[in-house]
Amino acid sequence: MIANYRGFITLCRKEIQRFLNVSVQTVFAPLVSTLLYLLIFGQVMPEGASGFDALSYHQFLLPGLIMMAMLQNAFSNSSSSLIQSKMYRNLDLLLLSPMSPVAIFSAFVIGAVIRGLMVGLAIGLVASLWVPISIAHGGWLVVFAVLTTMLLGALGFLAGLWAAKYDQLAAFQNFVILPLTFLSGVFYSVSILPSFWQIATWLNPFFYMVDGFRYAVLGVSDVSPWLSLTITVGFMLVLSVVTVNLLAKGWKTRR
Amino acid sequence: MTAMNSNTPAIEIVNLAKRYQTVTALESVSLSIPQGSFFALLGPNGAGKSTLISIIAGLVKADTGNVRIMGADVVADYMQARRALGLVPQELIDEPFFAIQDLLRIQAGYFGFGQEQWPWIDELLHNLGLWDKRKETMPNLSGGMKRRVLIALALVHKPKVLVLDEPTAGVDIELRLGLWSFIRQLHAQGMTIILTTHYLEEAEQLCEQIAILREGALLALSSTQELLNAHPWEYIEVTLQSESSILPATLQQSIHRQQANKWVLRLPRGQLRADLVAQLQESGCLLTEMRSIEASLEDVFRAMTSKDLL
Repeated sequence: MIANYRGFITLCRKEIQRFLNVSVQTVFAPLVSTLLYLLIFGQVMPEGASGFDALSYHQFLLPGLIMMAMLQNAFSNSSSSLIQSKMYRNLDLLLLSPMSPVAIFSAFVIGAVIRGLMVGLAIGLVASLWVPISIAHGGWLVVFAVLTTMLLGALGFLAGLWAAKYDQLAAFQNFVILPLTFLSGVFYSVSILPSFWQIATWLNPFFYMVDGFRYAVLGVSDVSPWLSLTITVGFMLVLSVVTVNLLAKGWKTRR
Repeated sequence: MTAMNSNTPAIEIVNLAKRYQTVTALESVSLSIPQGSFFALLGPNGAGKSTLISIIAGLVKADTGNVRIMGADVVADYMQARRALGLVPQELIDEPFFAIQDLLRIQAGYFGFGQEQWPWIDELLHNLGLWDKRKETMPNLSGGMKRRVLIALALVHKPKVLVLDEPTAGVDIELRLGLWSFIRQLHAQGMTIILTTHYLEEAEQLCEQIAILREGALLALSSTQELLNAHPWEYIEVTLQSESSILPATLQQSIHRQQANKWVLRLPRGQLRADLVAQLQESGCLLTEMRSIEASLEDVFRAMTSKDLL
């Protein structure tokens, strides 16, 4: 599987160091943009938009925004790292080394998880200064935060593997990741949607990550956290198996 | 896994074939490169050299056939094979996020090395004239400097086999000489060196064994000296009294080049000098000097790779 542990640790460190070297862009920029979402949407949306009477819209919105930032940044980390390696041709340095496909994939995913969690934690800490919030289920919070960033890290790796140029990756980000995120119930409860859009939301795997995380933070959710967990884990496993196999076959990497 | 001893070839290639859609890049290539060789892989552009090297390095998948590096199959036993190989690719790479020294340490880490490899990395930085640039990133370096970094990257794990794909392309003479001096040192320490180059005099001076590829097929594989000896032509320079002399019709086809009153004739090896002198005298050419010029690797290469000459 991994075998070359020192190589694996080296690549994990490199993936983390890479985004820390440009932390203004990779951590602080998403922190600022998410706080702006919180500020603006918190002001303009009516209080009832949360769909839960006991919660202010700010309280409802914050976990969704944290999750949105975590999943977008986890995706960005692995996908941009891989496409940059392709464009700069330094991916060959990795492909020439005795690193297994599982080790390469796992290290990229770990880099994505760390960035996603750092962004999420930073937003949570800063936002908690004016949004009163307490964590309802700490265990669920860790599970959904880690699983979601893993899943998006894996998806980012697959997108980076597929894309031959920045254009294609931007298209994937704008036409797949962004709509799935915005239509995942970050800004509203699925219970207030018309039935067609409710069904559409239930078909969106991102909804279960956001809803599970919201349950972890607020103790309320549209569906059971166990259902969210099952779908997230299932999606993660399928995606990982597919991606590692493609990497092992040299898809888009070894000609 | 194959047991390795000193008789195990550094690289063993068996029936390797690769096609890109309608183009045959390699066609049933087999060759064996002994440990400790200084080996040149030559061929015109598009001959399949880079494809062959990329398959050896595992960057390209062969359609059929297999490659072993120090006894390890590059597909089935890729970890062991890659530990034994260092590749200096033809195309330059970039890495804007890490300084050169960090990049080398990371690369050593991929091969399972930690701090114990840092003194060797520092030695590489010194030997390749990169020490002053160790805190710079790749985009800030010139093409020649980037080439040196690529060589250092290929050597961080002290491979047994070093493959250099056009290492001196676009490199100035000073760096080229320094580079070959360093590579010679590595070879003297027992490293197997395989190179492709368009500078044939480099191959002739450095390499003991030569393989020539054309259109994906192996045309020749022998020692450099055997290859030169087997050349079917010899070159004779004749100096005539007048540059307006007209060579006899029987020799017109053999003129290789002419400068002033000197003609270089390409003649079948073994032709008697006395016959040549007689032909010149019969046509009224006054011969003042005649000497033999050794065929160069370039002559051999041109004869073997040019369809017109075959």
